[in-house]
Amino acid sequence: MNLEKVVFGFFILLAATLNFGFFIGDIARPELHHVYELFAAIVVNLIATTLKFGDRTQIGAIHLATSLVADLQLIAAAITWGVAVHVLQVGMTPEITASVVSLSGGALFANVVSVILLIAETLMMRR
Amino acid sequence: MSIVNDSVLFLVLRRMRTPLIVMILIYAISIFGLVLIPGIDAGGISTAPMSFFDAFYFISYTATTIGFGEIPNAFSYGQRFWVTVCIYLTVIGWTYSILSILGLLKDDALQRALARGRFQRKVKNLSEPFCIICGLGETGALIAQTLDQVQMRFVVLDTRAEPLQELELGDYQADVPALNADAQLPSTLLLAGLRRPQCKAVLAVTNSDEANLAIAMTVRLLNPGIPIIARAEHAATAANMNSFGTNFVVDPYALYARRLGLAMRSPPSYQLVECLTRVPGSAIPELHQPPIGKWIICGYGHFGRAIVQHLDSMGLHDNIRIIDPRSTSPDDHLSIISSGTDANPLIDAGIKEAVGLVAASDNDINNLSIAITARELNPDLFIVMRQSTSGNSMLFEAFDANLTMVTTHTVAHACLSFLTTPMLSRFIREIEKQSSDWAESALAALLPICAGRVPFVWTTRINHIKTPALTQVLQHTDLSIPLSALMTSNRNRTQPLKALPLMMERAGKIILRPDADFPLHAGDKIIWAGSREAWNEQKLTTNYSNALNYVLTGKSGADSWLGKLFNT
Repeated sequence: MNLEKVVFGFFILLAATLNFGFFIGDIARPELHHVYELFAAIVVNLIATTLKFGDRTQIGAIHLATSLVADLQLIAAAITWGVAVHVLQVGMTPEITASVVSLSGGALFANVVSVILLIAETLMMRR
Repeated sequence: MSIVNDSVLFLVLRRMRTPLIVMILIYAISIFGLVLIPGIDAGGISTAPMSFFDAFYFISYTATTIGFGEIPNAFSYGQRFWVTVCIYLTVIGWTYSILSILGLLKDDALQRALARGRFQRKVKNLSEPFCIICGLGETGALIAQTLDQVQMRFVVLDTRAEPLQELELGDYQADVPALNADAQLPSTLLLAGLRRPQCKAVLAVTNSDEANLAIAMTVRLLNPGIPIIARAEHAATAANMNSFGTNFVVDPYALYARRLGLAMRSPPSYQLVECLTRVPGSAIPELHQPPIGKWIICGYGHFGRAIVQHLDSMGLHDNIRIIDPRSTSPDDHLSIISSGTDANPLIDAGIKEAVGLVAASDNDINNLSIAITARELNPDLFIVMRQSTSGNSMLFEAFDANLTMVTTHTVAHACLSFLTTPMLSRFIREIEKQSSDWAESALAALLPICAGRVPFVWTTRINHIKTPALTQVLQHTDLSIPLSALMTSNRNRTQPLKALPLMMERAGKIILRPDADFPLHAGDKIIWAGSREAWNEQKLTTNYSNALNYVLTGKSGADSWLGKLFNT
């Protein structure tokens, strides 16, 4: 067992699960999507991205790309949220909530690809 | 993106992982804390905590120590406690990250990767023909300096860093791409441009026979079209190299023994050869006359054996005495088992009636000791010495032997003459066939030209690429152009150039020292010796029709419309 692999797999899965936790629930109801979950998802996604730095293989490159996509989507969601609440001061209307949640849905897709890659990579390894 | 640049990027990213994760975590913890702790308003009533945006904003300017004074509200005590923790955390985090980046810049692996990248770029930008020098020892350095003088470009590979640093400090006209890497690895040679069309030759001149062999083999396999010049100190290596078609194997001992044989047969021939193969600009070698008679050879290694072979071939078999500490089988020669550093074995070998002595062991100090003892016993002895390390030069100069064989110089001179004038080795073979009278007359013609310094030797090929103007005239007019046209100054045609034609090759036939009125043909190859200025001026004459026209007719041509306008 390789501790580095454990940490790597842990963060990739955690990024996907946190993202999923935020995403699940009616898309237009703000009380079903908590800001803490979004925060946790962003932080864990950033860490997962950093862990993927410096791998030269083709699969490593795709890994990094999926993570960058997820980061971009989640940060866009956070900015949308912040702008709606603080700048426009309209609060979390159903439209804003829907757009934040759908952005995180995109990130979720990228995270799922990342998990699939992880599984594929593991299956390809033979003893 | 190239392989090398890629590896730099990945290396940096990989090393930056830990600092980046530390920074992300510190930010996350700090922000999260601020989001949890309730604030306080002016009336002392507790309010809701900061929002994520406020917290991120606050931490952003605190963490970077910008210390922007703009805060939404005065903090509650809970917030102040937490902010104190945040400040220390973030400052430590940044310090750690910056130190990691600085450490990365000093990292050996990164520096190597960057150096490789720079080297690759430089090689890529070389648009002129160049050669690859593997090994920058004494031999390599001498070759590099001379190639730079004759304006040939080169790339240098060495496994040690110090010679490369000296190269950077050295006084070179051209920018020399150099890499601290093992030339035995195919990837290194490819990086040095082995497969580039501009690469004209590879020189394997490291101190190790094994490495030279590996380099020669790699080059032969990876780019079969390229000439390889390899140094081989052992006969077995030389044979091995020849077996797979190394173009030019430099065996310094065999080469020197052959020259010594030439010197004994015909001293002027030897002087002529030395004059043409040494580094241009150095002092003219003196005339040496190694006597024929009884010779004592101290040290029967590779060098000693090569000399004995040549003496044998001159019919001196019975006049050779060998002194060697090992009980070798010296092929029916009379031999004494001793190092030869004390007087007794030398006297036993008959030093009193001997005419010459070769101190040929591989130990410089032993050689000096042998030579000093021998000269005391017989002051008229002709002494040939072998010098292995150039660090001992001062000792050898102080002793002043008749001839000193410096291994590194011999190799360098041979490589240079092969590289700069490939026809020269053929000319040298011709010299070896000629009598000493012929050599004497050639020297008499050469010495006034070179003014006490070893002359430049160059080859002129008459073809469309090298001499366009001359070839144009030769092919499109019936004008017969004599060789003297190339020996005339294009500034003042009454003045001759300081250049001497040594040999001409026409359709495989050799003409030694062609006359000045010899008519030129397209396709001729001519070897010259002369001054560097003469070489440059000759290039101009053969390349530009104006200059050629002036040399042939005495009229300065006016080719451009402006020139014609002024002339009419």
